[in-house]
Amino acid sequence: MEMAVFAVFALLAVGSSLVVIAHRSPIYSTLSLVVTLFSVAVLFVLLGAPFIATLQLLIYAGAILVLFLFVIMLLNVGRDEGIPGGHRLQLATAILGALVFTGMLGLLLRSALGGGPPAPLTEQAVSLSRLAQELFAEYLLPFEIVGLLLLVAVIGATVIARRATEEELAAAPSGPLADPTARGGGPEAPEPVGAGAGAPRPGYAAWSSEADRAAGGARPASVPGGRA
Amino acid sequence: MSAGPAVPILWYLALAAALFAIGTIGALTRRNGISIFLSIELMLNAANLALIAYSRQLDQRTGQILVFFVLAVAAAEAAVGLALFIAVYRQRRTIDINRINLMRH
Repeated sequence: MEMAVFAVFALLAVGSSLVVIAHRSPIYSTLSLVVTLFSVAVLFVLLGAPFIATLQLLIYAGAILVLFLFVIMLLNVGRDEGIPGGHRLQLATAILGALVFTGMLGLLLRSALGGGPPAPLTEQAVSLSRLAQELFAEYLLPFEIVGLLLLVAVIGATVIARRATEEELAAAPSGPLADPTARGGGPEAPEPVGAGAGAPRPGYAAWSSEADRAAGGARPASVPGGRA
Repeated sequence: MSAGPAVPILWYLALAAALFAIGTIGALTRRNGISIFLSIELMLNAANLALIAYSRQLDQRTGQILVFFVLAVAAAEAAVGLALFIAVYRQRRTIDINRINLMRH
């Protein structure tokens, strides 16, 4: 029974992860990553970690991948043509991946898991309260630090992705953030709004596309000097 | 649950290695930033599977706690990374990584 469940979901995980990296459309890649994550969650249950499996479904499949879908649809991401260089480069990366796999497998076989087969699962081994005791006693400080990390990530993501307010747009061309060359001068060295409109400014601040439009629209919407 | 022959832990680890290798290939061959991100999530998940498998083998819960932290860090990473993609897209109208090379010039 356990073997059958393992076989089915291991095959499903490998197959859907191949779809993740092979499909041209990022939406289908994301959806098949959901299948991969679900299969791995089933394997977590087999390994006696039902709590982690639940977390995996809730956080990964439920939150992170929905966020991915939001962003893909928001940005209207087109189909991915793959790296330039055609089949030779792809073959090279496939060989590299195979090398990674065989290398890790070789290390696994050499490391020889000691102690024979693992002890059968008991109710105590999968008990959530034991896990919670360990998490909140021994690993309390890392837990708090992770909470801080999430707070910083939320603030950082908001700051990076938001649009600039009107005052910032007015201040952006002379502010220390928008123009790195004006950093030494400080904010008390104001430049005219149209300064640097001829030369492409380094794209530094998130609001500089609006700032460029305010500065006379000198910057084309497409990539200047971008290599195709 | 264990009404049959138990699955050797090595198989779980081999599966984790396979998923990790697939993620590596994906991260190297995709051009779209979000697809690369998805491949990295796949690699993270392979590492999680290996951690849980070792945790089972060694009969300790430390691996599960580590996976808990990895999940939290992955959530933070996804939030910040996707915000970066939105900011880059707003400015350059693309998230093709071959055309986001402003750090190179």
